[in-house]
Amino acid sequence: MGGLYNAPVAVEIRSQQGSVPSRGVLPGLVRSNPLFQVRLSMHRRLVPFVLAAALVPLSACGKAEDSVVNVYTHRHYDTDQALFDRFTELTGIEVRVVSASADELISRLEREGAASPADLLITVDAGRLHRALDRGLLQPVRSEVVNAAVPADLRDPDGYWVALTRRARVIVYRKDRVQPDEIPTYESLTDEQWLERIVARSSENIYNVSHLASLIAAHDTTVAEVWARGLAANFARAPQGNDTDQIRDVAAGVGDLALANTYYLARLLASEDPASRRVAESVGIVFPNQLGRGTHVNVSGVGITRYAPHPQNAQRLIEFLVGEEAQLAFARDNLEYPVRTDVPWPEILVGWGEFRADPLALNRLGELNNEAVRAFDRAGWR
Amino acid sequence: MALTRFSIPRFGRSRAEWQRRLRVTPWSFVAAVVALLLLLPIVSILTGLLGGGSETWVHLRGTVLPEIVWNSLLLVVLTGALTLALGIPTAWLVSTSEFPGRRIFEWALVLPLAIPTYIAAFTYAELFSHHGLLEPLFRLILPEAQVPQVRAAFMSLPGVAFVISVVLYPYVFLVSRASFLKQSGGVLETARTLGRSSWSLFFRVALPLARPGIVAGLTLVLMEVLNEYGAVKYFGVSTFTTGIFRAWFSLGDTPAALRLSAWLLGIILVLILLERSQRGRARFDDGSARPRPVPRVPLRRGMGFLAFAVCAIPLILGFVLPATQLLAWGLPLAGNVLNPRFLRLAANSFGLASGTAVVVVGLAVLLVYATRLSSSTWLRGLVRVSGLGYAIPGAVVAVGTLIPFLWLDRHIALGVRGWTGGSLGLILTGTLFALVFAYCVRFLAVALNPVEAGFQRVCGNLDESARALGASPLRTLLRIDAPLLRGTLLSAGILVFVDVLKELPLTLLLRPFNFDTLATRAFQLASDEQLAHSAIPALLILLVGLLPVLVLSRLSGSRSK
Repeated sequence: MGGLYNAPVAVEIRSQQGSVPSRGVLPGLVRSNPLFQVRLSMHRRLVPFVLAAALVPLSACGKAEDSVVNVYTHRHYDTDQALFDRFTELTGIEVRVVSASADELISRLEREGAASPADLLITVDAGRLHRALDRGLLQPVRSEVVNAAVPADLRDPDGYWVALTRRARVIVYRKDRVQPDEIPTYESLTDEQWLERIVARSSENIYNVSHLASLIAAHDTTVAEVWARGLAANFARAPQGNDTDQIRDVAAGVGDLALANTYYLARLLASEDPASRRVAESVGIVFPNQLGRGTHVNVSGVGITRYAPHPQNAQRLIEFLVGEEAQLAFARDNLEYPVRTDVPWPEILVGWGEFRADPLALNRLGELNNEAVRAFDRAGWR
Repeated sequence: MALTRFSIPRFGRSRAEWQRRLRVTPWSFVAAVVALLLLLPIVSILTGLLGGGSETWVHLRGTVLPEIVWNSLLLVVLTGALTLALGIPTAWLVSTSEFPGRRIFEWALVLPLAIPTYIAAFTYAELFSHHGLLEPLFRLILPEAQVPQVRAAFMSLPGVAFVISVVLYPYVFLVSRASFLKQSGGVLETARTLGRSSWSLFFRVALPLARPGIVAGLTLVLMEVLNEYGAVKYFGVSTFTTGIFRAWFSLGDTPAALRLSAWLLGIILVLILLERSQRGRARFDDGSARPRPVPRVPLRRGMGFLAFAVCAIPLILGFVLPATQLLAWGLPLAGNVLNPRFLRLAANSFGLASGTAVVVVGLAVLLVYATRLSSSTWLRGLVRVSGLGYAIPGAVVAVGTLIPFLWLDRHIALGVRGWTGGSLGLILTGTLFALVFAYCVRFLAVALNPVEAGFQRVCGNLDESARALGASPLRTLLRIDAPLLRGTLLSAGILVFVDVLKELPLTLLLRPFNFDTLATRAFQLASDEQLAHSAIPALLILLVGLLPVLVLSRLSGSRSK
């Protein structure tokens, strides 16, 4: 800045002192010098061109096409992109994607209303699908293919959404410090013997919220709140990090127990990195509440938006995603449980075995979402 | 003019004074329109406040609000203190002393600016984990059992403040160095001959003179802190931003979220006004047209080593450590992850960031110059307020932008259909237009503050002389101010560039279909809990950001010749 700061100033001072100005701001000089006139008017003439040049590429991408399907998704997995590419290869329908958090995408859908370009909304949580449904953002999927592929409890009763994959929320324990039979249920996590032995992530996380919603459904709000407070009292440290961090911290001995979704541990087990595999091998998992209501299971799912411009294409994409090929890919590459019963599980999931899943209607997770968030706040689980 | 109602009536002014204050020139009119447009998203959000306190608000106030306020204030204080402590001494040393490594530190101390906060948070969490790069160090100084606990202790409010500070201190460093370099050697020498020691020279003369710049830099840091989301969320610290997300998205209560945003804006306004009123009528231009540079004092050996250490610490913490961790993650995976798609991502990021930088700096110059031309208070206030977008979390700005733009889109679409029968689609929100506009709302302050500080340093006499000699305001701007400010403008542009390059929530939400940037890619991998994979796009962000950051360092560091 400095050098530029000075040069013209010096010129002006000289001109004021009466020496011959070479270039300057004296109006007479500027007016009499055609060079300045040209340069100034050049500036003026260039401005619209520069603006236009900036705007052309901005508006060029708005072209309308019929062989496309527009997807709003919260699933940021590479598996999904590979499947979309495969769908395009099979059908010639281009899949266009905006990925962001489901909450924000729902907010965007609401604002867009009938003008929305989106055909499909994909979330990683049943509660969010229910929220979209609740706000009138979805339309029913009417497809025999889908109904045949996906069991009825993994679809909305009126067909507004369809699950793509399942994920179980399990208890992860450190093999050398805990016996699996010490933690038969989620409820047993509030026992005094786990004081300062549990690690958890923030209650802001949707997996935690939906889990607490399932507890509210199983008991009532008060019991769920007492549970959250009791669990928070057993924290080994303040809530932080993501699911993988909880597993790593259990392996490292920061705590002895954690709650996590199955595929995160499966991914560590399947990792190419030997250190990650060692982490995963030092912990075990329990599918809780096997003698009672069953383990909390959430789904990742999809719905057709109410104002979808390409509903047929959207339906074809859903049918593809619940088809055998895609379901196999979800299980094999992302290590989630497939929704189809006729697709083989990968070795790691087979190793963990079959389990009893909480049969709670998944829409309840959405209906109880607000209450769960508030219960967490009152319980002091941040 | 309806706009004149913005001024606050005061008594005891003459009629002429009133006329002068309320006059609307073409410049002030255009500037007011631009400022109001940029305020549109904020206003459309704030209209939600009219609804009255909802039940959610009562719940939040009773449970999390006290903690949120306390955490946010603590974060502001800690980060403010730490960035000043890292930024000012280093800036003073490299601009006024001569010691080993000075020439390298001069540019290298800016490098942390290229690292996005959320990536710094992830890498630091890894560094402090029991299997991170620092593990041998912890093993050395701590008992075995405590090593795994280090990370848990680090992931806390002071930890977040630390992480944010080590990557954001360059804002303070850049502006303070520029101010120190521009200070006239004459002033400092006068002070010295009057018997001031070098300590008191620094505290009583140099520091107060550099105040507008330092405050501008600090304001940027603090606003960035208040809207930080990724890092605080990962570290599990509840602040205003996480509170806003909780109310808006988890509880689905927009008015409650807006109420929180309004609180946040209120805090920031108070901070800004406090500083302004405390500054009073002091002027900071040096009066002389060509300040003589401050000569650098060579330091003795011991002091030289100390200076070296003082400068090396921020550089190691803010750049060397995180970059090493990213390399350690990224290198083994480079073969798997790096493909031609990344070239496309890098091109998207670069194009978007540079285009936005040009637009934002242009707007900032327009606004500041119009304020300078008119003496009206209402315009000054309006321009000041239009920079507030920087303090609002990106996702909130995004939704605020969608509200008016979708309305416009709908009416344009209806108009086009009625006129030609064809369909145009969403030409504003379906394209990069809305995204770039939202960036303008969000990052105007980044350009506004340095441009304003720059104009303050251009002696008003120059403008007045040019105008007295008959040059139009536009000609004065192009022929006098623009050349004088070229460096400032370029620096401001680069700051915006780097910010856009790193920006996340807004980009995620407003980008058109199939438009990915390095930041969105890094985030996708990180939120999928594949941190090691996200190191590759993160490193690319660093690479793309590095060159402009170095240019920036050169620019703001060039001495008066």
